[in-house]
Amino acid sequence: MASDAHGETLALREQFDSEEQQKDASTLGMWIFLITEIMFFGGMFLAYSVYRNFYPHVFAVASSSMNAIIGATNTGVLLCSSFTMVMAVRAAQLGQRKIIILFLVLTLILGIAFLGLKAYEWNVKFEEHHVPGPAFHLDGVDTQGPAQIFFSMYFAMTGLHALHMVVGVGILTWLIIATYKGRFTAGYMTPVDIAGLYWHFVDIIWIFLFPLLYLIDRHLG
Amino acid sequence: MATERVDSVKTYAAVWIVLLILTALTTAVAYVDLGAFSVVAALVIAVVKMLLVALFFMHLRHSTHLTRLVVTGGLVWLMILLLLSFADFMTRGWVGVPGR
Repeated sequence: MASDAHGETLALREQFDSEEQQKDASTLGMWIFLITEIMFFGGMFLAYSVYRNFYPHVFAVASSSMNAIIGATNTGVLLCSSFTMVMAVRAAQLGQRKIIILFLVLTLILGIAFLGLKAYEWNVKFEEHHVPGPAFHLDGVDTQGPAQIFFSMYFAMTGLHALHMVVGVGILTWLIIATYKGRFTAGYMTPVDIAGLYWHFVDIIWIFLFPLLYLIDRHLG
Repeated sequence: MATERVDSVKTYAAVWIVLLILTALTTAVAYVDLGAFSVVAALVIAVVKMLLVALFFMHLRHSTHLTRLVVTGGLVWLMILLLLSFADFMTRGWVGVPGR
């Protein structure tokens, strides 16, 4: 067991010169993964912007139908979760096991709160017939087609973001268990650090989704 | 490791408060008629928030030069995707889109 723990955590893999180099490689690898994610979401942001440019008025009306208060609240929840996540990473750097667990649990709760509010919002969209399909209807626009494009983009973008959140919740749960088992020390906390990068990235995507979907041209609608 | 830099709780808390203030600001500004600047204001605030998260929470300000170069490179590719695509869509009058 002891040798197993050693092999799983502190050991310097033979392809690296130093622990520092090993850590830097992990960080760089995670950033490269995040860049592929940026390009992936970037394609959707592009499609959204192009259609917004085609149908500025319809998109303004559709944006205005969003509940900006819930959107802003959810942004706040996610930013708070980023703060608790960075505090968990800080505790990991200092090797404070109990504090890592405390902040990871807080991050997990905030993440689930975000998903709960998102589920509520989606449910409202179904009740208001704002889901693309035969029953779709948005008041205040001449053509329903472009309005359905808006809501298709809305569901695709917030849906993929929510999927990333669900994955993040899974990662956090695993981290909490691993921390509880004592896998991480001040000398080896790479998984906590890397998971932090992922969580903050998902936060950044929402930082752009919120104004683009909820806020822009609200005064026109 | 000696190179691991640990930021103070104060720094993180300050960044967190600023992020929350910016969220309130961007929401409030959306209800003011700024014309075309509505988009500009929303995006500028979003970019500032992104930079705060990336530099402080994602520790980019303590990262190696290689990591920073790779991240910058990624953003350049994103700009190529957005700018070149927009150059096409905005200038070629391609819009045979029904309902326009």
